[in-house]
This record gives sequence, C-alpha cells and structure tokens, in this order.
Amino acid sequence: MDFNWLFFWILAAITVTSAVAAVLTTHIVRMAFYLVVCLGAVAGLFFLAGAYFVGAMQLMIYVGGTVVLIGFGVMLTARTPFVRMQTTPDQWLLAMVTAATLGAMLLQATLRYPKPIEPPGIGEPAVSPGRLGTAFLGLRLEAASSGTSSQTGGDGEDAESLGVAYLLPFELVSVHLLAVLIGAAYLARPRRRPDQETGREGEHAGAERSGPGEEPRPAAVAIASGGDS
Amino acid sequence: MIVLCVTALIKIFIIIGALMTAAAYLVLVERWVAAWVQDRLGPNRAGIPLTKIRLWGLGQPIADGLKFIFKEEFVPGHVDKILFTLAPIATLAAAVLIYAVFPFGSLQWMAGGEPIPLGLVSGFSAGLVFIFAVNGVAVYGIILGGWASNNKYSLFGALRGAAQLIAYEIPLSLAILTLVLAAGSLRVEDVVAQQAESGVWNVFLHPLAFVVFFVAATAEAGRLPFDLPETEQELVGGYHTEYSGMRLMMYLVSEFLHMITASFLIVILFFGGWHLWGLTGAEEAATWPIALLRVAVLLVKVLAVVFFFMLIRWSWPRFRFDQLMALAWQVMVPWGLTQLVFLALWLEFVEEDPWSRGWASAWPLAAANAALLAAVWLLTAWVAQPYYDNRPRRLALPTKATVASQRAITAIPDASQAN
Amino acid sequence: MELPLAHASQIPLIAYLLVGSVLFVTGITCMIAKRNLIGILIGIELILNAGTVNLVAMSSPFVAGSGLPALDGQVFALFVILLAAAEAAAALAIALTYYGGYATIDVDHGDRLNG
Repeated sequence: MDFNWLFFWILAAITVTSAVAAVLTTHIVRMAFYLVVCLGAVAGLFFLAGAYFVGAMQLMIYVGGTVVLIGFGVMLTARTPFVRMQTTPDQWLLAMVTAATLGAMLLQATLRYPKPIEPPGIGEPAVSPGRLGTAFLGLRLEAASSGTSSQTGGDGEDAESLGVAYLLPFELVSVHLLAVLIGAAYLARPRRRPDQETGREGEHAGAERSGPGEEPRPAAVAIASGGDS
Repeated sequence: MIVLCVTALIKIFIIIGALMTAAAYLVLVERWVAAWVQDRLGPNRAGIPLTKIRLWGLGQPIADGLKFIFKEEFVPGHVDKILFTLAPIATLAAAVLIYAVFPFGSLQWMAGGEPIPLGLVSGFSAGLVFIFAVNGVAVYGIILGGWASNNKYSLFGALRGAAQLIAYEIPLSLAILTLVLAAGSLRVEDVVAQQAESGVWNVFLHPLAFVVFFVAATAEAGRLPFDLPETEQELVGGYHTEYSGMRLMMYLVSEFLHMITASFLIVILFFGGWHLWGLTGAEEAATWPIALLRVAVLLVKVLAVVFFFMLIRWSWPRFRFDQLMALAWQVMVPWGLTQLVFLALWLEFVEEDPWSRGWASAWPLAAANAALLAAVWLLTAWVAQPYYDNRPRRLALPTKATVASQRAITAIPDASQAN
Repeated sequence: MELPLAHASQIPLIAYLLVGSVLFVTGITCMIAKRNLIGILIGIELILNAGTVNLVAMSSPFVAGSGLPALDGQVFALFVILLAAAEAAAALAIALTYYGGYATIDVDHGDRLNG
C-alpha cells in the first residue's frame, strides 16, 4: 500500500459514490453538486495518471465552465414543482434493466481487455503541455524523436510520422464550437411579445445607444432593446 | 515514504499557518489604511488583555478571531443544510489550494549541491493552468452558498458572482496566454526565471497585458470596485447574508486570500517574482542568505501590491452591473486579444528572442508595447464614451424617431409571436 | 521535476477501466430515469467522463498495461472535454427554450409532435 494506491482508492471512491448519489437523489440542485464532486475527483484521477494538463483542463473547462452553465440552467428553471421530480417505478425498472445489461457487457469487456504489445516503462516522462500544443499545431515531437531515423533524415517515413498530428481535428473542433455557440445564442435569444416590448420601449428609448450616423430604424430599435433589457 | 509524508505535511502547515496569520493581520492593516484614507484613527485599542498595554491595536485580529469562534453557529431553518455547510468549506479549500504551485525561489543546501525549489509542488508542468483551474472551482462556493441560503438576496448575489467570475476569467486567461507565449512554458518557475535572467520585468515588456490582468484579477478577487456579488447596500451581503460564526469567517478569510493570491500572481508574473536588480542575483542556485533575501523581496513586493489593492478599495465607487459586463467583454477581452496577437506578430516578424541581451535587445518591444497601450487606451476612451458615462440617461426625452418607431412596432401584427 | 507520487507504483489499467464502467452505467441510468431535462444533461456529462477516464488511463505512462502512445489518449480526452462544453451550451439553450415554451422542465410533457 503506497501513496499511488491510497490516492487512487480515495479518488475512485469519491467518483463512484458521487456518481451513484447523483442518480439516486431526486433534488436537482444536489444532483448538480454531486456532478461537480464527481468531475473534480475524475480530475484528480487524471493528475494521478500523469495527465497533468488534461486534469487541469478538466477542472478549468468542465468544472469551472460547463457545470457552471448547468448550474445556471438549474437555477433558471428551478421552480418548486420541478426541483424534486419523482421517477415512477416502471421507469426505474427500465433504467435498471438497461443499466444492468450494459454493466454486464462493460464488465466482461473490461476483464477481457487484451494485454498491450509493449508496456511503456515506469520512468517514461509524462506528456508535457508543450508536446500537446505542438501536436495540435501538426507536429509530433515524440514520434520524431523515438523513431530510428535522426532529426536530419528527411526520408518519407519521418515526414509521415511528423505529419500525423491533430491539426485538422483541432480546426474541426474549433469550427464546431463556434457553430454551437452561435446556435445556442440563437436558440436562447430573448423573445418577447410585442405588447411587452412596447411597454418597455418608453423606458429604454432615451437610453438607446445607436451608433453614430445610424438612424434608428424600427427593426433595429426593436432588436436592440430586446437584447438590451 | 515517511520522509515524503512528513516534509509535505510540514510544508502544508507552514503555508496554511502563514496564510491564516497574514489574512488576520491584513484585515487589521486594511482597517488602518481605511482610517488613514478617511482621516480617522482606526483600531488602536486592543492590545495585551488584562493589562493596559495597547500595542497600537495589534491584539485586534486575535479579538476578532475569538469573537468569530465564540459566536453562535446559527443555521436558519429554511436552508439546505448539507450544501449550506459545504459551500464555505469549498470556497476556503479552493482559495488555499492555489498556493500549492507558487514558487519562492530555490535553495542550495551546500556548495555544489542540487538546488532545492522552495514551494509545495514546484516544477509542476501545467502550473499556470492549474492556478486558473482552481480559481474556476472557487465559483462553486458562491453559487452553492447563495442557493443553499434559500434567500432571494443570496441567490441574486450568487448569480451575479458566477456571471462576474466567469466573464473575467477570459481576459485573465488572455493576459496569461501572452506571458506563456513569451516564456514558452506553462511552469510558473520559467516565467520568473525568464524575467530574472534578462532583468526585464514583464510589466515593462507587456504593459497592456498587465493592465488587463490587474483589472481582471481585482474582479476575480471581488474587491470593492467589483464587489457586486455582496453589495451591502443592494443585496444586504449577497451570497453570505445568511451566514454567521465560523462559516462566515471562512467566506471572509477566503475573500482576503483571493486578494493575496492576486497580489502573488501579479508579482510573480509581472514584477519579477523574487528578482530585484543588483540585490538577489539571477542564477537558479542560491545559498542560504540569498535564498532568504529572495523570499523577503517577494513578500515585500506582495505587500506593496496588497497595499495598492487597499488604496483602490477606498478610492473608487462600485460599478453598475452593465458597466461591469461591458468592461469585461467590450474592453478587456479585445485588449487582451490585441496584446496577444501583437506579441505573436512581433516574435514572428521582428525579433524572435527579445530577452537574449536584457534591456539592450528588449527595449524596442517595450517601447512598441507602451505605444500600443496608449493607442488602445485612447481609442477605447474615444469610441466607448457613452458606455462609461455615469450621468443618468433615463431622463432623456424620447426623440421623434423613437416615438415613430414605437408606433411602428405596435402596428406590426403578431409576427414575432408565431415563432 | 515531476510529481514524486507518480513514481511510487503502477496502478493496473483495469482499476481505471472499472471506474469508467461505473461512471458509464450510472450515466445511462441517470439519462433513462430522470424526468428533468437538466438531469438528463447531467447523465450525459457522466457518460462523457467515463470515456475520458478510459482514454487517459489507456495512454498513461503511470498505469500498468496501458497500450496507447502517451499523446493520443490525452489529445482525445481534450477533444471530449471541448465537445462536452459545446454540447452543454447547446443542450442548455434547448432546455431554456423548452422551459419558455412549455412552462415545465419535465421531458414527459414534450410530446406534442407525437401525433
């Protein structure tokens, strides 16, 4: 029993317990809280596995960003009847049957995971953020250095191993993120009925900040005040 | 393993003990500064108990701490008990955890030996990302506390706090990205070492990034111009309205720790960390006196920044919430992006390594960045004047055009209701 | 200098995979059993995390029996994290629109297209 096992057991226990608690509780805010605990413990598992950058990113993007968004969603929709919603027994039965089937399948697959061909040595250094960054820019430094040919050799194999990196997926993910953000902003844009809009119009008309030289057209004013208020 | 455990525990105790004492006495310093700014005397009575020795009020933090400990731990009946207890703990834990990666220089035990880095987890290869990751987790203390209090004021404070912290994380990260681009590393030690070796502090090289970072760090710490989550006048305390006793103290201490964290980050990233020209030297290995001197230099710099934060608190009024958001999204994010792109272009097309020969090679970049700061500042002040005009605008009468547009809107049939 | 703890001993890969399996199963259960739209979203996050745990563990140099090259798993874990952020933004927008249109967050009432 050493530190690695100790911390693994602690973190794994926190992860599993909070995930199960998130399923069992009916209170939506507690559910979000258990999710936060679970994701934090998973970030700890990443640190333990030597993936420091991924662990920090899990904390920063997932715990610090995504779940805060979910928390906003919880608070914006948390009217008393929706905070606690009971699940009917037949739904529980369906969920349990599905989960048990999937669990049995996953357990079997996990236990039969094939042995790796060449186990990496224990002294091998962890992946540093720099190597991750260069991989996103299209350079695989460790593939180039671990190859038999030296850096100076410009043969086809070396160039191929340098070329296989993540520039294209990186760009795809960026474009995807942009598209999703625009879509989300479009979906969640404020929509008001015209009577409400005119009711608020007098209050904001004087405060309208149209750009210089832009005459306030009706549509522009309506959109601007709709987004402003 | 035992040795590792014991040394780690000793380090943790030293750091946490020093932090708690520092927080307690900085509260006293803040009250003194407030009194000085407002031309009052401030706390000067509490000294050694049962005697008449007053010691300029140095006993005040102990009295305050005892008061917090002996106060009743009141939990209102309408709160969510579990989350109500966990929220201040989460806040304090996140505030303390950041100090794990701060570097205090390094120490050479004996001549020719390996230098030992001072600090809890030194050389962490993703240290800068870790700092902001933990900073992001601190939001939950505010959200959970505000929610669990089951109080409208608290919930408003929590929502405000979450929106503010998330908004200002982006300019903060942009300013950091500039330094990462310059240092080529995510280690905190490397950023300090680069400034020490070249002798050019980042604040001279990237003044625009410094301004963005300073404003964003103040907002993240929730100090006065940005303390909208807990405005006493509007929200009667915001997210910690319902708290009392030790739980309240956890919130207050972690707020102070956030300020000290911000000061540490500013000093380490922009003011050269432990480096001071002609005094500390620049090489990594340091003997005992030099190492102690470096720690002292670092702490003095941090105290100076903390003092500046206190002056800001008593100098500026609070922002309105729309001003706060406009400052984050319309000023700080574009400024941070400008600085980042400018530095990238400079490193690519003008000079690849401006740090190689100290000031002799760094002055063009410093001059260009100073000019950039002036230009961007003037441009913003010219373009965005209406946004930051504090005069009341609601009194302005509707013009003919807006009245006509209102009529036009009422005349439109229910087109927008259909979707 | 890396973290000293990481060199102590190796955890077998199967331990990480079991944690991932438990996360996946709980996520599926959460998705099926919850009626709250945001509860379903939380289930999806659990499932995505199960995948991330497996990816990181399979490529970790500190886990005994991991097979992937060190870089691949971490890069894909980062992609999963980013896609989860995008997914949460879109799903939250849908949830708020649904809440605005139906005045409830219970997905069982959203069957107007059911014919």
